[in-house]
Amino acid sequence: MTTITDVPLQAYLVVAAMLFCIGVWGLINSRNAVRVLMSIELMLNAVNLNMMAFSSYLDGDQVRGQVFAVFIITVAAAEAAVGLAILLSLYRNRDTVDMEQFNLLRW
Amino acid sequence: MSLALSTRFVCFLLLSVTVLLGALGVVLLPNVVYSAFLLGGVLLSMAGLYLLLNASFVAAAQILVYVGAVNVLILFAIMLVNKRQPLRPMRALLLRRLLSVGVCLGLLALLLQVALTTPWALPGPPSIGEAALIRIGEHFFTDYLLPFEVASVLLLMAMIGAIVLARRDVLARDVVTGEPADQALLERQRTPLLSSQDSSTPSVPSP
Repeated sequence: MTTITDVPLQAYLVVAAMLFCIGVWGLINSRNAVRVLMSIELMLNAVNLNMMAFSSYLDGDQVRGQVFAVFIITVAAAEAAVGLAILLSLYRNRDTVDMEQFNLLRW
Repeated sequence: MSLALSTRFVCFLLLSVTVLLGALGVVLLPNVVYSAFLLGGVLLSMAGLYLLLNASFVAAAQILVYVGAVNVLILFAIMLVNKRQPLRPMRALLLRRLLSVGVCLGLLALLLQVALTTPWALPGPPSIGEAALIRIGEHFFTDYLLPFEVASVLLLMAMIGAIVLARRDVLARDVVTGEPADQALLERQRTPLLSSQDSSTPSVPSP
């Protein structure tokens, strides 16, 4: 006879860790610059999920994790806007979105 | 949210499977448009997970900001830079992929080790449920007032920066001839500035 318990905190942490690692892999391996930005969004969402899990399980009365999550969402929106503007500017100058050809600063 | 425990469990499983499969699709699919739409699905599922964690305000903000703004922005960027070029083959691409898989699996093992072995201070204080919205408002206007205001300045800076970076240069006079510039000419195809070093793509056709 097993009793159903609530979803443990560790389950959320495991999901967030896997999502973060998928984001890191995509960040390293994407050759399309837009996909790099999408991978960054995935990583930011993984961090947000951690914040929310801790806020709900360990800090239930002062929900400070949710406050931080709102700030992270704000910064992510700003990052996406500036990143896509930089991408547009790069595309006008180099006429490509291939990350391997943005190698002007390569040693 | 006050759901039965089994319902919560099933919802958690469904949402997390959706998030992880969608994230794999975002990273792995060859067509970047499919990736962008899958990213929207991932973000919506994340909002569902937030609802499971008693965070209705952040779930609403997630849907409004991420799905409504960031994802649409990404779709517009894909539309603006839509160039279907075959990617140039690279040396040791498979080796790089495998190495990065190893690095990511190592990072995952480290994170899982930390998450599963740390003695978390469970159970914490009882959750205040839907009153969290009031508590977030109190935080924003008392002890997190300065970051809240700085965030608005950050958004303003990001908006100005994005406009400055992404606009086209509108010149009143042509730099070379000194004549008043024809604005329609600014829309013509410009020669890529820095691609002349690529030997495979001739940048300027010879006259």
